[in-house]
Amino acid sequence: MPLNMIVCCKQVPDPEAPPSAFKVVNNTMTLPPEIKPVIGQYEEFALEAALRIKDAMGGKITALALGNNFVRDVIKKTLAVGADELILLEDPAFEGGDSWSTANCLAMAIKKIGSYDLIFCGRQSSDWDAGQVGLGIAELLGIPAVTLARKVEVVDGKAKVEQVIPDGYRVVQVALPALITVTSELGALRYASLKGIMAAAKKQPIVWKPKDIGLDPSQVGAAGRRAKLNKLFQPVKEAKCEIIQGENAAEAGAKLAVRLREAKLL
Amino acid sequence: MASYKNVLVFGELLDKKLASITTELLGCSRKLADQLKEEVCCLLCGDVVGDLAKEAIAFGADKVYVVEDPRLKEYVADRYIQVAEKVVKELSPRVVLMGQTAIGRELAPRLAFRLGTTVTTDCLDLNIDPQTKLLLQTKPVYGGNALAVFTSESMPQMATVRSKAMSPLARDPSRRGEIIKTKADIDESKVKTTVLQTVKEEAVGVKLEDAPVIVTGGRGMGGPEPFKTILKELADLLHGAVGASRPPADNGWVPESLHIGLTGKIVAPDLYIAVAVSGASQHMAGCSGSKHIVAINKDPDANIFKEAEFGVVGRYEEVLPAFISKLKELLAE
Repeated sequence: MPLNMIVCCKQVPDPEAPPSAFKVVNNTMTLPPEIKPVIGQYEEFALEAALRIKDAMGGKITALALGNNFVRDVIKKTLAVGADELILLEDPAFEGGDSWSTANCLAMAIKKIGSYDLIFCGRQSSDWDAGQVGLGIAELLGIPAVTLARKVEVVDGKAKVEQVIPDGYRVVQVALPALITVTSELGALRYASLKGIMAAAKKQPIVWKPKDIGLDPSQVGAAGRRAKLNKLFQPVKEAKCEIIQGENAAEAGAKLAVRLREAKLL
Repeated sequence: MASYKNVLVFGELLDKKLASITTELLGCSRKLADQLKEEVCCLLCGDVVGDLAKEAIAFGADKVYVVEDPRLKEYVADRYIQVAEKVVKELSPRVVLMGQTAIGRELAPRLAFRLGTTVTTDCLDLNIDPQTKLLLQTKPVYGGNALAVFTSESMPQMATVRSKAMSPLARDPSRRGEIIKTKADIDESKVKTTVLQTVKEEAVGVKLEDAPVIVTGGRGMGGPEPFKTILKELADLLHGAVGASRPPADNGWVPESLHIGLTGKIVAPDLYIAVAVSGASQHMAGCSGSKHIVAINKDPDANIFKEAEFGVVGRYEEVLPAFISKLKELLAE
């Protein structure tokens, strides 16, 4: 039986943007328009995990994302690299959610999709860094979860997962359906082929609104939050670095040793 | 409706001791409970807990709930979550704290969703709002580029806390407390995962988390060699350990176990020497607790110079050999 796989993806501000690009204005993170959004880095690893299973044994991959104002070229990368279908939960009402409302919406969408063997999520999002949505979906669906996967295979109808633990890894077997969160050790997402990009250009994502997943707008996004964001801020850092100078880099290096010794750090 | 009261710490055991995160959580809970005029409770589960319940009291707990069961020898989320759920439902704590550890980052969200409440993960600071008595939960977001303060609109209020963010109390063996043994009540039919094999990939030498000095290389090292040669030489001289930022780990120059940062190790040594590390927020999240940061980078505008106390602008290939040879002279004096 080919597997049905769902990969949850998120469009986020590019986390690789320089720290100076991140500015909090009125409790909201803003980035300059030249910084383009990307698919979260951990969701890319999650998608790669699903693609490797599809390579090995076939199957169908549905990419699922929640938000508003998706940049089509960014989110359609999922299709370009090999996802078969893209479902967007896209509506202004979905904005401003927390882990609870996000996981709830995704779980409702997954129930609507109906048949699934494996659900993949990133270990945490690249913006709020909470690491909760995947586990929340598993709890809401009542299915087992394995976190921090660096390798996933399906053997005899069960998933075999290499899970990263402090100072090593362990091999965990889990019955399907299951949810798996993926970490960076799995490896980077493949590049899209030209053929993939052309095929993706012809496909249109399926767009669902709150009512399509059986939820009232008051139950989703900011209105559905259970955690309240009181304040978002950036602590002011005083640049107080003492730069050690020298005739050349080597001399500066030697002087640094002397200075650190004086400061009793060595 | 149950009334929610007290602060519950989910304790972790490591090598037959209380994990350092647990003593840190107890210290933090003591402060919160005193503000609330309530008690600190601590849950300890494992195959053998023994005298560690007394240790938890010595570090600040008023009541320790002990769950001993041979099936809790190895951490399996599907079993531990059942114990945590049972104890939290029995106690109805106002606040539940876990470590932002392999265990806490998995159990806390699962427990929160199961209880219909929220958890703020990876907190650096926790306080009680004097007016509302709510727990103010401060955590880094956007890869460390900002801090957010959350409150929970549901009970219990849950948070996981980053290691080394809080200070333990001084151990006081004369502190009095109560030890309550309770049953695990594990339903094996709800255990859907099986651990087939556990593989330790421990680095040789000083453990990163315990090293007083860390010499870290970044993307600018250019390859695996310098980690084994010049960085290792410097780390050995200072009885420290070698670490890396994310790019060297992602590129396979060093094992993932050396990765310091938001999704790697969190360290707080006395001295942190960052070599050819740009100082991305995600990296600083793993080392900003260091007492002293020294930066060597050829780019004068690198973010690391905003974080460091001392710095040299220059290529590490030129700076480090001179630094090391001077250091040897100084150490020989």
